Amino acid sequence: MYGSKLHGGLRSKRRIHLLKRTDDIKASKLDWLTILIVIALALAGWLNIYAVVYDSQLDQNIFDLSSNSGKQILWFGISIMVVSLIMIMDFRFFDSFAYPIYGLVVLLLVSVLVFGTVVSGSKSWFELGFIRFQPAEFAKFATALAVAKFLGKAQIKRDQIKSWALAIMLVGIPAGLIVLQGDTGSALVFSAFVIVFYREGLSPLLVLVGIIAVLLFVLTLLVGQFYLILAIIIVAAILTAIGKRTSKKIRTVVAIAVVTIGVVMSVDYIVNNVLQPHQQNRVKAFINPEADPLGYGYNVTQSKIAIGSGGFTGKGFLEGTQTKFDFVPEQSTDFIFCTIGEEHGWLGSFILVSLFVTLLLRIVFIADRQKSNFSRIYGYGVASILFFHFAVNIGMTIGLFPVIGIPLPFFSYGGSSLLAFSILIFILLKMDAHRMQVLVH
Amino acid sequence: MTDNRSNIIRVTFILIGTMFIIKLFFIQVLDENYRLAAENNVMQRLIQYPYRGLVYDRNGELIVYNKPVYDLMVVPREVVMEDNSEFCKHLAITPEEFEEKMEKAQNYSWYKPSIFLKQFSNEGFAAMQDLLVDYPGFYIIPRTVRAYPFKGMANALGYIGEISKYKLERDTTKYYRQGDYVGISGMEAKYEEPLRGKRGVKYRMVNVRGLEKGSFKEGQWDTLPKIGDNLISTIDINLQEYAETLMEGKVGSVIAIEPATGEILSFVSAPSYDPNLLTGRSYSEYYKKLSLDSLKPLYNRPLMAMYRPGSIFKIIQALVALQEGVITENTRLRCNRAIIACHGPHTYENLKGAITKSCNPYFVQVSRKMINQGVTDNTYEDTRIGLDKWRDHVASFGLGSPLGIDLPNEKGGMIPNVAYYDNAYQSKNWKFSNIQSISIGEGENLVVPLQMANFAAIMANRGYYITPHLIKAIGENKEPLAEYQKKNYTTVDSKFFDVGVEAMAEVVRSGTGQYRAKLADIEVCGKTGTVQNKDRPDHSVFIAFAPKDNPKIALSVYVEHGGQGARAGAAIAGLMIEKYINGCTDRNYMEDYVLNGEFIY
Repeated sequence: MYGSKLHGGLRSKRRIHLLKRTDDIKASKLDWLTILIVIALALAGWLNIYAVVYDSQLDQNIFDLSSNSGKQILWFGISIMVVSLIMIMDFRFFDSFAYPIYGLVVLLLVSVLVFGTVVSGSKSWFELGFIRFQPAEFAKFATALAVAKFLGKAQIKRDQIKSWALAIMLVGIPAGLIVLQGDTGSALVFSAFVIVFYREGLSPLLVLVGIIAVLLFVLTLLVGQFYLILAIIIVAAILTAIGKRTSKKIRTVVAIAVVTIGVVMSVDYIVNNVLQPHQQNRVKAFINPEADPLGYGYNVTQSKIAIGSGGFTGKGFLEGTQTKFDFVPEQSTDFIFCTIGEEHGWLGSFILVSLFVTLLLRIVFIADRQKSNFSRIYGYGVASILFFHFAVNIGMTIGLFPVIGIPLPFFSYGGSSLLAFSILIFILLKMDAHRMQVLVH
Repeated sequence: MTDNRSNIIRVTFILIGTMFIIKLFFIQVLDENYRLAAENNVMQRLIQYPYRGLVYDRNGELIVYNKPVYDLMVVPREVVMEDNSEFCKHLAITPEEFEEKMEKAQNYSWYKPSIFLKQFSNEGFAAMQDLLVDYPGFYIIPRTVRAYPFKGMANALGYIGEISKYKLERDTTKYYRQGDYVGISGMEAKYEEPLRGKRGVKYRMVNVRGLEKGSFKEGQWDTLPKIGDNLISTIDINLQEYAETLMEGKVGSVIAIEPATGEILSFVSAPSYDPNLLTGRSYSEYYKKLSLDSLKPLYNRPLMAMYRPGSIFKIIQALVALQEGVITENTRLRCNRAIIACHGPHTYENLKGAITKSCNPYFVQVSRKMINQGVTDNTYEDTRIGLDKWRDHVASFGLGSPLGIDLPNEKGGMIPNVAYYDNAYQSKNWKFSNIQSISIGEGENLVVPLQMANFAAIMANRGYYITPHLIKAIGENKEPLAEYQKKNYTTVDSKFFDVGVEAMAEVVRSGTGQYRAKLADIEVCGKTGTVQNKDRPDHSVFIAFAPKDNPKIALSVYVEHGGQGARAGAAIAGLMIEKYINGCTDRNYMEDYVLNGEFIY
């Protein structure tokens, strides 16, 4: 009996020990598919950063620390260090410290307005000795954490406008601060959270209204105010004419028509008065890049020429001419996709787009398998941010979106963005590896 | 519900990705325009101009070659210049001119080079090259212009210049581009195609700032320029220079032909100009000066100046009459000065005498016999038939239409025909007495000096000529050009020519003072052709060939307002023959006579 008790004690001890071991095993169960895709993107990006500035007449080394490709290696190192740090941290840290992290980043965003350095028109950089970094990049994961924390609370009432207003405020504060820095492109990224809100129950009607407003905006620029208003009136008249003519229906139709016409009529005002001249030009370039191919349409025209000239299989690694000879602007950062398009053709572009779509789907898959609200919502935040970057960055290079200067994740040259995206995605992977422990917690 | 939403999100991701892939397929695979635009971006087409062909004289002496000059180019984008006063001083331009040139270049392109200042000489180039180190955006490219070691025969050589807008629009071959140089006159124009060679094209890659980045597609589209063919001229440059010297201070022309081949030995249009000054930077200024000159140095007199043939025409009349059988060489006719005025003491000459003494009544009577042969009883009709026949004979001597020399702008002169008189008299009722002045080379007849030189060659050849020409071979092919091999026979039998030749020999031997063409060791045959002018002195005209047997040279000399043919004309002809056949002359007194005589009025 005693012996058995002792034995039982031993057994329970062993059990605990065993439990701990399985925990460890689970903890090491990182989602390697995601990691592989990220590494593939980063390596491909690195080769392209080298290709952009490659000059056959000079003997250039891809590891040369004075070149972009060399510097990017340093950032690989820094990112790996930070990622390792995340891996050894307790997975609960991010849940517990979501708000403090968010608070800290907002503080950084405010102080960059005061102490920051102006780089190409935006006051969004901190200079620390030899290193420069952009707090806006880090605001993305911090906001994703805060939104996850807020919406993940069990007691949150998702049918109340107030809850959504608070959530939108969480997104709006950093976005607004970034606008103040003069970096509208990065601020627009925060609109991606609409995907998270939609997933978490925001009425699709509101999402739809937003999409329709954007569509109307673009259509007005494409078609012209007069025709669009005419079309709206005709559609409204047809809707009123067919079916039962109840007064409620007529009232609704008329109200919607008036609102849409109002939106349409405000477009000219917004374009001319709210947007800054360079932003107006980007809108104009998007509507008709051929109108002024050497002026505001230059970037898009040259970018399309570079990509379009790649053909099916491309000109070959280091063989691109448009990117190498500086016809395409910002080619190692915002327009890096041009190098892929030109040197690796449609095939290369297809592979890259597929890699990104696979990564996005995988993240959504990971998010959906989370046991806690917090990590699920955070997962969707990651997917949304990456999606926005992917869609807008590639979309603008081929003329499907207006030019918004944001990098292609893991691919573009730039330390802050590489580090911030690594943090963003590895926090999710860390929490995913421990998802089975959430019940214990 | 949430599952549904997450599916919608997944579908959105896939949709966007698919949209990108489809759009990319359109612009990368289906649409060729982007590839072309990309090539357009990086590809720079460099025209490589070949050297224009050279010209040699008949003895292998170089008479036209290419001289390097240098253009100062500018790429506005690369120019960094705060103060241009120093730069302007070196270039000898004003700051206003600098701004003007800069603006012109900028309007053309900020990235592509354009010409800032044209055609420096070698010395200017050396000075500029040191200077340019301090001025980014400026550089020098070499080009060539034509150069002429001998100052003479400018009108025959012609000149080259930038193609005119008019010509460019009418260039059906689409070969030329704006700014190209083409032959504008003379043999430069006539032989433009062989001389110009073929342009080469080099494609290279440039970056957005226009800096060279290597050859395009390993140069597989490049073509090498083909150097222009060299021309071998028929000109004897020594004789040419001698002729130019003799014609100094005179207005007129000298054309010497080798009778057996039709090769032109010298071709002088006086006054002439220095062809070297119609090249390079001096071109426009000098051209303006030349075109305003009252003596018209640009006027190519041998081909364009039309004169009445005068007494020389009597030889043709004699030959045609012999052929028609209306006279024999023994026919004597009275010098009836009631018909027309005459000169000198003679009364009743045979044919040879009539030619030697230039008897006007004789040839009027001979012409009447020719033209009114009594084929019909109607005098008018008879005259018409006779004139037609006469004109055909005369035309066979290369008169009345251009001979076809290898130079542009050749005039044909004028030999009247039936239609001409119908029009002139506005009826068909005209007869020999109305037109008799044509019998002695006056009246409506007009010839150019080349035709008279050619006529001298016909006499030398006793009945035929080879179209006179200035170029005998093109390029590697040293054979004479085929088109200048054909013998053009006159309608007069060779046997009738002897009496004409004898008469011409007699003219020089003992004629009316043509002793100036007489040479001790060479038998010269010649004929004066004084062209009378109202109020001003006569044109002194002389044609000749020598030696009488197996002639080596035939020529015509025109000295406008130089007095009788026996004066300047005969003197120059004699000296030319002597110089060509003997290589030199010891008749310095005759040279002095020609050089110092007052022959310009």
